Amino acid sequence: MTATLFFVQVLNGLQLGVLLFLIAAGLTLVFGVMDFINLAHGVQYMLGAYLAVAFYGVVGNFLFALIMALLASLAFGLLLEFLVFRHLYERDHLDQVIATFGIILFLNHAVRMVWGAAPLTLPMPDAFTGSVLLAPGQLYPVWRLVIIASGIAVAGGLYLLVTHTRIGMLVRAGATNARMVSALGVNIKRLFMIVFGFGTMLAGFAGVMIAPIISVEPGMGTNILILAFVVIVIGGIGSIRGAFVAALLIGLVDTLGRSFSIDVLRLVMAPSPARTVGPAIASILIYVLMAIVLFLRPAGLFPARGR
Amino acid sequence: MIKCTPMLAVAAACGLLTSVAHADDLKVGFIATLSGPPAVIGIQARNGFQLAVKDLNGKLGGVNTEVFVADDELKPDVAVTKVKSLIDRDKVDFVVGPIFSNILGAIEKPVTEANVILISPNAGSSAFAGKSCNPNFFVTSYQNDQVHEVLGQYAQDSGMKKVIIIVPNYQAGKDAAAGFKHKFTGQILDEIYVPLGQLDYSAELSRIAAAKPDAVFGFIPGGMGVNFVKQYRQAGLADKITFLSAFTVDESTLPAQKDAALGMLAGSNWAPNLDTPQNKKFVEEYLKEYNAVPATYAFQAYDAALLIDSAVKAVNGKLGNKDALRAALKKADFKSLRGEFKFNNNHYPIQNFYLTKVAKRADGKYETEIVKTVFTNFGDSYAKDCPMK
Repeated sequence: MTATLFFVQVLNGLQLGVLLFLIAAGLTLVFGVMDFINLAHGVQYMLGAYLAVAFYGVVGNFLFALIMALLASLAFGLLLEFLVFRHLYERDHLDQVIATFGIILFLNHAVRMVWGAAPLTLPMPDAFTGSVLLAPGQLYPVWRLVIIASGIAVAGGLYLLVTHTRIGMLVRAGATNARMVSALGVNIKRLFMIVFGFGTMLAGFAGVMIAPIISVEPGMGTNILILAFVVIVIGGIGSIRGAFVAALLIGLVDTLGRSFSIDVLRLVMAPSPARTVGPAIASILIYVLMAIVLFLRPAGLFPARGR
Repeated sequence: MIKCTPMLAVAAACGLLTSVAHADDLKVGFIATLSGPPAVIGIQARNGFQLAVKDLNGKLGGVNTEVFVADDELKPDVAVTKVKSLIDRDKVDFVVGPIFSNILGAIEKPVTEANVILISPNAGSSAFAGKSCNPNFFVTSYQNDQVHEVLGQYAQDSGMKKVIIIVPNYQAGKDAAAGFKHKFTGQILDEIYVPLGQLDYSAELSRIAAAKPDAVFGFIPGGMGVNFVKQYRQAGLADKITFLSAFTVDESTLPAQKDAALGMLAGSNWAPNLDTPQNKKFVEEYLKEYNAVPATYAFQAYDAALLIDSAVKAVNGKLGNKDALRAALKKADFKSLRGEFKFNNNHYPIQNFYLTKVAKRADGKYETEIVKTVFTNFGDSYAKDCPMK
């Protein structure tokens, strides 16, 4: 274990964290502001990736595919909101879970029918295909740096939006007490729709950004959704700041755990059992982290005020 | 139709009598994973099998053949239900399938105990190759370990000293690592076990880059492999550290891996460019019919159909005499697409194995091509424990 390897792994952790943040931000907004559990958030991430592949197939330009995929994700999110979700806001959480789970099944199959079960790929934009030499032998793909940068930019943008604009103020107020906001004459339905569409678009953005690295396939949103829920629970439901900190924390803990658990265990046990125990410990680390955080701060690291 | 009385309630006996009564139709149940991400593989196998039936004008062994297709959903319990209904309701004479070894483990007993012949076009787990080999069970693919041994042998022969192994953390992954180590005696710098279904390998790739081995051996099947190969290339390792793999770069994943996989090495019992006349014809037809390059799964299923064809012909369509049928199957009297082919005493193949390399075809599609023969007439190491002669 060297300092450079450690540094590279920190970068890897940041990249995973940023990606998680992009997904969790939308989820925490929808959950926090609307008190709505949207399990279908993961398939919207998948859909973003598929749409980008589809648009890329039409014009062969990444930027165009990205913009079109974002607009299409937004449109599709609003359509879902109009057709399904808005009828569920008043229902209890179990109904929401069942309905949105149904949407997961439906969309996963729909995607398979339209694009087939085989994994698809989205090529990287030409300008970012290279890699930078961080240390002898350690090449780091530029695209991963782009993901980190874009994630941080989105976080900054969201921070400004939520803390320094009128709509952000309404969102914060809505997260604290939606009824009161409605009573003050704000069209809460429209606010919900904006928040929901925006959340969908963020998930779609995450899907497009990761598509050049991983394969685009049905069901790709399912596992990441679980991590996103872990993030928003640790961060405090409804808190963008919490989601950001928690996402980076999870990304780092998971990546560093996977990379160094065996080396650390070798200090205290023989190499062979360390090799067996290491991966097992690494895969539960983030859940241990969640348990500890919830034990010390049951409402998460940065609970939205007034909840 | 002869009625099945409760006295004859053994399902197999009923199936047998009714099929004799019908005498005109041959019924084959085909079970594979046809949904979920690994569906690509099952669909290849199904296509291969159906192509063979079509080439034989819908008649295996000269008998009108009906194929019942079932999807095991990669769930052992679902698979058992489906094969039971293939046997009890559809009265099939043969079951062809499955793709995955864990499914094979679940359906082997229900099928063979009903005295129905089970032919695996892909899964070749060690469980039924040794002591528990079964007279009603045949394999047209390989014993799983063999493919990993090909790469171990190649690494050994080409003088590699330090290797890192990366496999998913489950039984097949550990078997793969063990198979590689059977033949490779150099230093294993590290064995990396990743959770099944992992998508991002950045952490593992950084470790590999830091350790600087001569080669990486990987068994990273399906969508996982698509991701790993792309990221391996993106991290700039593909040109520096040889990537040897099994079931990671093949025609089912290459359409997604594309240029990222070019030049990567794998082990196989066949490749689309294998030079036999029957294989040339098969690859051409498959391309025309399905607009895709066939992978081993397709050719092994095609061979399974040829195997049934040869045996049914040998017994003149009299499927009632199971002993004669089994003996005819054992002979493997058909022209396998791979050329040389015969069954070992455990009903697993004895065949050649090759080192293959990913290349781009003239039509822009991708395929694996044979680099060299690593094993000739290679049987698996479990056959000696099998009591069958």
